[in-house]
Amino acid sequence: MAVGKEIKTQIASITSTRKITSAMEMVAASKMRRAQDRMQSSRPYARSIRGVIQHLAKANPEYTHLYMQSGEVKRVGFIIVASDRGLCGGLNINLFKATVSKMKEFHDQNIEMDICALGSKAISFFRNYGGNVVAAKGGLGDAPEAEQLVGAVKVMLDAYSEGKIDRLYVVSNGFVNTMTQKPTVDQLLPLRAEEDDEGLNHHWDYIYEPEAKELLEGLLTRYIESCVYQAVVENNACEQAARMLAMKNATDNAGNLIDELQLVYNKARQAAITQEISEIVGGAAAV
Amino acid sequence: MTVHCDIVSAEEEIFSGLVEFISVRGSLGELGVYPGHTPLLSEINPGPVELRKQGGEEDVIYVSGGFLEVQPTKVTILADTASRAHDLDEATALEAQKAAEQAMADKQGEFEYSTAAAQLAEATAQLRAIEQIRRKLGK
Repeated sequence: MAVGKEIKTQIASITSTRKITSAMEMVAASKMRRAQDRMQSSRPYARSIRGVIQHLAKANPEYTHLYMQSGEVKRVGFIIVASDRGLCGGLNINLFKATVSKMKEFHDQNIEMDICALGSKAISFFRNYGGNVVAAKGGLGDAPEAEQLVGAVKVMLDAYSEGKIDRLYVVSNGFVNTMTQKPTVDQLLPLRAEEDDEGLNHHWDYIYEPEAKELLEGLLTRYIESCVYQAVVENNACEQAARMLAMKNATDNAGNLIDELQLVYNKARQAAITQEISEIVGGAAAV
Repeated sequence: MTVHCDIVSAEEEIFSGLVEFISVRGSLGELGVYPGHTPLLSEINPGPVELRKQGGEEDVIYVSGGFLEVQPTKVTILADTASRAHDLDEATALEAQKAAEQAMADKQGEFEYSTAAAQLAEATAQLRAIEQIRRKLGK
């Protein structure tokens, strides 16, 4: 029964793997709920500040902030938001694929790139892949806070202010639903006005209190931080959802594998018994 | 006449609905906004935001700074942190004020002094919001 024993150990090892993956699935499911709540609760702010910025982009201000002026593009900045941990299916890989194809577009136009990597997976990917990583922040954890991101974002904003980069993009996973996460590339700077009908197309401007320069500096920085924070929070919800799904598939696959092995084991055992019986019968007949 | 008003903080949506009048403490002084106000962008200082909702009901919300955007048909307050005034605890606000005053008394460095001053401003603003609520309830 040598074969039987080998199969038995294999079954035992797969069973323990299944236990782990099913536990990870449950953990991811509960974390996902919290991550989704976090994403929902910070959405109104992101939406409102986006609305304000959209209005601002349509205004005809006396003072145009640097963040609102677009010029020739020689170098662009990417803020790439990935997860801290793996075992979440193709989430990070799909994101990096989208990033790399976007980067190739720029590369073909001889535009150089600076990278800000958020999340340990992004850091390790760009360490191997190459690219000019100017800022990095890993270990954001399950409940990322806006303060953790300020430093990394500031590096990119300073680079923009100093004219080192002419555009700034943020790349992250968009949460469509639990099953679907979509890598998205959004342009943060310079600000772009989206087309819509709000009747703001006439010539108008805000009254600024205090001075426009001072006020816009604060507001725009807050806006970029809010965008990046929202991307991180959303990516976190994506990570948990993707992990839940990946672990669910792994658990199901382990179950199938165990069933198949059990069948092989039973057949082998039966064959061994049949063989033994026929040997005994054969032996008795010989006597 | 009403105008749509959104008050949001980074953590949650505090208020969204139609209002007849809003009063905010802007960085250059008190601002009263009626529907149809000309476009305005302003920083806001820590303090209470008073709302008169559609139908005349009044509410006070405490914000610790942020930005105010006014469009003729929409008012948006992007608060750093906002809380309904009745969520504020007078005891904790007083305690914070005392702590801040103490910190200012034995100021050691420039940095600590400025944080203490900010804390004190915030605590005083919270107390002001509470007092306002009191007065309204007392009426």
